[in-house]
Amino acid sequence: MFRNQYDTDVTTWSPAGRLFQVEYAMEAVKQGSAAIGLRSKTHIVLGCVNKANSELSSHQKKIFKVDDHIGVAIAGLTADGRVLSRYMRNECINYSFTYESPLPVGRLVVQLADKAQVCTQRSWKRPYGVGLLVAGLDESGAHLYYNCPSGNYFEYQAFAIGSRSQAAKTYLERRFESFTDASRDDLVKDALMAIRETLQGETLKSSVCTIAVVGVGEPFHILDQATVQQMIDAFEIVGEQEGPAAAGQEASAEPEPEQGGAAAGEGVAPMDI
Amino acid sequence: MDFMASKQPENSLLGPEADSQRTLYPYVTGTSVVALKYKDGILMAADMGGSYGSTLRYKNVERMKAIGKHSLLGASGEISDFQEILRYLDDLILYDNMWDDGNSLGPKEVHNYLTRVMYNRRNKFNPLWNSLVLGGIKNGQKYLGTVSMIGVNFEDDHVATGFGNHLARPILRQEWHENLSFEDGVKLLEKCMRVLLYRDRSAINKLQIAKITEEGMTISQPYSLKTYWEFSAFENPTQGAVGSW
Repeated sequence: MFRNQYDTDVTTWSPAGRLFQVEYAMEAVKQGSAAIGLRSKTHIVLGCVNKANSELSSHQKKIFKVDDHIGVAIAGLTADGRVLSRYMRNECINYSFTYESPLPVGRLVVQLADKAQVCTQRSWKRPYGVGLLVAGLDESGAHLYYNCPSGNYFEYQAFAIGSRSQAAKTYLERRFESFTDASRDDLVKDALMAIRETLQGETLKSSVCTIAVVGVGEPFHILDQATVQQMIDAFEIVGEQEGPAAAGQEASAEPEPEQGGAAAGEGVAPMDI
Repeated sequence: MDFMASKQPENSLLGPEADSQRTLYPYVTGTSVVALKYKDGILMAADMGGSYGSTLRYKNVERMKAIGKHSLLGASGEISDFQEILRYLDDLILYDNMWDDGNSLGPKEVHNYLTRVMYNRRNKFNPLWNSLVLGGIKNGQKYLGTVSMIGVNFEDDHVATGFGNHLARPILRQEWHENLSFEDGVKLLEKCMRVLLYRDRSAINKLQIAKITEEGMTISQPYSLKTYWEFSAFENPTQGAVGSW
């Protein structure tokens, strides 16, 4: 995407009917480190790649528990993600207090989408620069949704967002038909395999990824590092050792939109898909 | 109401609110509601009387209404407050339906919503002067609960309001059991309503029985119970009572 005269503020349409500021916000999501989600009839697994800025720092938290039955994984501006998680937690808690019942995921996701839409139609606001994979259980079963900065939301069997997510998506597309009836452990294994795809040869170990699970009879929780490492070892999916060159191409969660990076060109506006 | 008029200017903390807008006492009231869980859902009974103090003034008041697809609400106490509650619930169900997403508020959710409303009003010293019974069934789960005007709420297999607590609950405690058939449930409710008719002076002999099951809610046409007044104790009721005439 290149700069043009219609991209200064979000309330300006381009002649082709696009809102460039919203599309730029979606670029921010693509620059964030990968997050993936997949679901079966009874469980949903969220996973994300944790890239720390340097060896000295800790990595950013990208998976948030919203309620016992809902969790979210984010990609993009983690600060925006944190704020939206706080909003989601608030909504869930208020609903629980009034109705003594868990907030249906479908409704939370619509509220989130409407909140994002507001930012695409106010001159004094900017779109949220974060994509959210919302995993939740309700009366009608297990659900996985993707909420994007444009205010659109979609339901998925499996999805991946962030940098190098295409590799994960390709893996998930190959395997998704087996997910509906998969066991919880197989689902976690598939999540780890999908994460491995985004690492492009780097070794998969529990220090570079985070996995969270929610399912029938299993409240949302993040698996601890030891358990994840055990699963990695058990499934024997440690990747081949790769030279430092590939590992050096870090995609930080705090994005500097690379000038002339992902060249989307003049095509279908991404938010319309 | 002189004391109210003099109170207003002194109570400057209230601002534009006036004490006269708060519920101080009920005017038109309904008496007991009795309800129980049975095999297929909930059965609820209430008479159709609206008393104006000690006058049995209105004889065609429906004190039980369906709420959404899954719930049934019965109320005793101030009738106008009951109508206000129905308006709140109408809005609630409307917004629930507008989501159009396959999720719906069940009896548990409605009961808790009502508890919040009643308790909040009580905290503002402006209560909705009602005792409510909320029953329903969703996805095979039966639910029966009650909320009072001060926000006390609980669930049970059988509940009642007002005099029903004193006269009907003891009968239900003895004779209620799981998986009552519809006929047995109605007989049990009629037994309770008959005692209330004899002993509660604000009861009238015109009642309805409502049932709610997975299929939906039905409410019977108004009918009356057979009563027997030839008990020997009713003839010469004061015989043997020292000092009475």
